[in-house]
Amino acid sequence: MKEELLKRTVKGPDGVEFEVEPLRDYYCEAAPTVMPGAYIKIVEDLFNWARAESLWILGFGTGCGAIEMRPLMTPRFDAYRYGIQWRPTPRQANLLVISGYLSVKTLKRAIRAYEQMQNPKYVVGLGSCTINGGMYWDSYNTIKRLDQYLPVDLYITGCMPRPEALLAGFDDLKNLIRAGQAEGANQYAENFDWYKANQKQVIHDWDMPDYNW
Amino acid sequence: MMRELHERLKCLFPLGELTEQRRGPPNELAFVSLPGAYLRPALLHLRDLEGFTHLVLLTAVDWLEEGQFQLTYLLSNRTQARDIGLRVFLPRDGATMASIHDLWPTAATYQRELREMFGIDFPDSPGVNDDFILEGWIDMPPYRRDFDTKRFAAENFSQRPGRTTTDPEQHMKAKLYPGEN
Ligand code: SF4
Repeated sequence: MKEELLKRTVKGPDGVEFEVEPLRDYYCEAAPTVMPGAYIKIVEDLFNWARAESLWILGFGTGCGAIEMRPLMTPRFDAYRYGIQWRPTPRQANLLVISGYLSVKTLKRAIRAYEQMQNPKYVVGLGSCTINGGMYWDSYNTIKRLDQYLPVDLYITGCMPRPEALLAGFDDLKNLIRAGQAEGANQYAENFDWYKANQKQVIHDWDMPDYNW
Repeated sequence: MMRELHERLKCLFPLGELTEQRRGPPNELAFVSLPGAYLRPALLHLRDLEGFTHLVLLTAVDWLEEGQFQLTYLLSNRTQARDIGLRVFLPRDGATMASIHDLWPTAATYQRELREMFGIDFPDSPGVNDDFILEGWIDMPPYRRDFDTKRFAAENFSQRPGRTTTDPEQHMKAKLYPGEN
């Protein structure tokens, strides 16, 4: 573990000594819990309709597919007209688009970004690399199946998928959300131990809390 | 031009043959090998007296069968638009090379990369043992040729079943000329 993450005593500028434990101090460690649906179906449907119309993508690009997000968010394809926007921080986003291959190092950051997003949240895997490794199927450094590590609601195939494919994919995602089938966040909470075991199997220098909220 | 330089340098250092990859002028590119012990004086000479002021790159080749690593120090003379690559061979086992970070500070980054990807040590190079690209790496340095990346991927990552591979030539043959063969 990196030195700056270890528990230690530091002396403040005013001379007072205090204890710092970065992994405990800055994060909430409590595991995620399943969010129950609304008390009656019609209300849940209303919520889901609202959720489907308000997709906020975290501006976090991994792999080559991130290139296609630029034309998508600019006037040429203009995803904003479908109510899809990009946000700069995980706290403000509810859709994580994994836009291509994920190296183990990036997977660590993607997990942290995902866990910091607020419920309800969705994950879309973009391109063959997230599905079966794509052209990096024999790489020593990329994961081959995104759904082993994060709960994927939808895959968009292609290498790389064009902006049109993404727009169609977002439409599918909206339908899934409206139908109440985009329950990735709850699956993550339910199978939390399984996901963590998978993640730790590939991330060998695990130096973060089990859940970084 | 490169030949003249080679002749001049040969009086000073035990150089090998000159391999001219691109004749000029301009845009000459040539490679020459020399024993590791002479690398530093040769680099200094080229940098300070021959105008090769820019270290373009420092990279390695794994000659597995010969049990050697080759280090290539590529230098550029901007004003005369020519590049020269110095090659040094070192034994693969316990590969160690003197650091040149004090000649070009950028060399430290290359050396850190070579340490991680090839396992070549450069003692005293700043931060040479820090992680460079990989984090928590558990196997032998992955750019060594005896590292089996396919096996490593199969053992360490869960694969989605059902993936098939077709030979492009056979596939296109069968698709375009179904009647034949
Ligand atoms: S699926 Fe293709 S375009 Fe996408 S990250 Fe992989 S190699 Fe790149």
